[in-house]
Amino acid sequence: MIKVTENLAVNLPDEGNWDIVIEPQANLLDIKLKDVWQYRDLLFLFVKRDITAQYKQTILGPLWHFIQPVFTTIVFVMVFGKIANIPTDGIEPVLFYMSGITIWNYFSSCLNSTSGTFVANAGIFGKVYFPRLVIPLSTMMSNMVKFGIQFFLLIVAIGYFGLTNGSFYFGFSWLLVPLLVIMMAAMGLGAGIIISSLTTKYRDFTVLIGFAVQLLMYATPVAYPLSYLKNESVINVVRYNPLTPIIEAFRFSLFNKGDFNGFQLLYSSIFIIVVLFIGLIIFSKVERTFMDTV
Amino acid sequence: MSTVIKVENLSKQYRLGQVGTGSLAHDLNRFWHRMRGKEDPYLKIGEINDRSVKGSSEYVWALKDINFEVKHGEVLGIIGRNGAGKSTLLKILSRTTTPTTGSVKLKGRVASLLEVGTGFHPELSGRENIFLNGAILGMTKHEIKSKFDEIVDFSGVDRYIDTPVKRYSSGMYVRLAFAVAAFLEPDILIIDEVLAVGDAEFQKKALGKMKDVSNKEGRTVLFVSHNMTAVEALCENVVIIEKGTVKYTGHTIEGIKDYLRIESDKGTFKVATQEFEWLNFYSKPQFDANEDLEFQIEFNSRATYNELFVDCAIVNEKGDIVIHIKSDTITSPHAAREGKVLTNFLVESPKLVPGNYSITIYAYNKSEVLFWGENIVGFKINSKSFFGNRMFIENNRGVLLPRIDVTFQQS
Repeated sequence: MIKVTENLAVNLPDEGNWDIVIEPQANLLDIKLKDVWQYRDLLFLFVKRDITAQYKQTILGPLWHFIQPVFTTIVFVMVFGKIANIPTDGIEPVLFYMSGITIWNYFSSCLNSTSGTFVANAGIFGKVYFPRLVIPLSTMMSNMVKFGIQFFLLIVAIGYFGLTNGSFYFGFSWLLVPLLVIMMAAMGLGAGIIISSLTTKYRDFTVLIGFAVQLLMYATPVAYPLSYLKNESVINVVRYNPLTPIIEAFRFSLFNKGDFNGFQLLYSSIFIIVVLFIGLIIFSKVERTFMDTV
Repeated sequence: MSTVIKVENLSKQYRLGQVGTGSLAHDLNRFWHRMRGKEDPYLKIGEINDRSVKGSSEYVWALKDINFEVKHGEVLGIIGRNGAGKSTLLKILSRTTTPTTGSVKLKGRVASLLEVGTGFHPELSGRENIFLNGAILGMTKHEIKSKFDEIVDFSGVDRYIDTPVKRYSSGMYVRLAFAVAAFLEPDILIIDEVLAVGDAEFQKKALGKMKDVSNKEGRTVLFVSHNMTAVEALCENVVIIEKGTVKYTGHTIEGIKDYLRIESDKGTFKVATQEFEWLNFYSKPQFDANEDLEFQIEFNSRATYNELFVDCAIVNEKGDIVIHIKSDTITSPHAAREGKVLTNFLVESPKLVPGNYSITIYAYNKSEVLFWGENIVGFKINSKSFFGNRMFIENNRGVLLPRIDVTFQQS
């Protein structure tokens, strides 16, 4: 009796015990998150590479990340504040623009850098296998560092205006900030990997994405508050933009001023989850054969 | 021993030409077929993979119905001409692309080395790149840490380990990159001609390391190379791929013989007539380096020629004529009648450097050219019987390799 089972045990594994099966078609939902977990060391090394390589042979190093939000804020204060006279929901204009720019920049840099995943990394993808998702995840995380630096600048600005004007707010709503940042990251990642997957064979979208992100900023209350909008059709465009509630909630959590609507944020969350899910499916379908067409 | 790699009916189709509106139309048609649950219409019209023939179809089968198995601990060589489909096979095995039909099943951890230094970042130091490259190849940070000293030692770039790799010489770069790969510990290692880099000392080291990996550590290795000597030294068995199909599987020695015959088939017939027809070439496929070369060339004559000469030129891999046999300076002309004409050639101990040689044959009667075939046949001079120093032979850039003595004297 024992012998029989032993024989079975010897014969069976040869047929079904394969670790890797390479086949033309894969399950639609085969996203391989487990593989990504196995390659987590690679993920962190890519993040480290992106960050350290960026500042090699520069003198100011990470300080360069201050330049962009500072100058953009100055321009926004001049154009939207001084020339167009757009109100800022009772928030100090510099802080209003800077907060919007900081969180928007994170989204746009996530989207821009992940949307080039396949094309930019074709060289390395063609030579070695690792879960392709590691690359967009790592760019998202290294952009997070850049965001951290710019957020620090924002905190400094908040502190400065708090000391000079005495209007300083610090409360539990600050706890919302990490969630909002993660939502922005997920949105950037989801949209980015969809675009990346669409551009492997036909590059048409790459042309589009650069200015589409810029235009999208104007449909998001970065340079103006949602409450300023009067025209019905314009309001609807901006309101149904899933990024709007995040920006508004970001300002609300930092300054306790402006519109904040929990349902709106829920709408954004659902939208983001759907985009991310679709993105993951398309991405893992495309990653299997994109080397043939890229 | 158990099978660790099983390749079943593997095929891969590629579309030739550029991506544009034409390919979009095909994509839409394919999508439309799939929506109706029908088969991909373009899978039926592929042509076999022969780069030298201009085909009528836009689709080509880079691989067609490939089958083979690899046992645990086996070192399998994969050889084939440029464009035969080796790289496509490697791409599928290393999971950078998927097959069109068929499957590959693998057991254990797989690492592929299609290139050394994949993912090296020029701005990062050698140390940082070891970690990055190791992780790309599938090692964990902990594994790399535990082997770090060995890797640096093997690469021999200890002194520059904290210098950005963009400052490295290309040799140092390759050494470091290969060192990382050499200390991978996969169950299956797939290697593509990475040995064709570095200096002789390093090549020897790399070849030795590869031998250790397979013999001592019992790993399965797939080795793709054009270097027959390296294949012979490392592999027990070979798979020969020709025009996208498996031409041969089995022992290395016979396989290489077979391969060299295929290789020599690629020569060109510049002049070939029915009256004086090329029949055969009789020769050993391999000669020892200090052996006499002897071979026969056979023609079928359908006419009479009073002043027939058959010349031949022995051409090395670089395309240089190393021996030119002009028969009119050696012998008197042959008066050929109808029937088979056999010409015997004997070259006494030519001491050619080991390698592959091809033969160009030229037959003429007075000033009339009867036959002219360039590189149509060939043989190999093997390195086995030589001094025993293989690396010396492989990197010998000379043409001749006579018996040499070098002695030192000091006063």
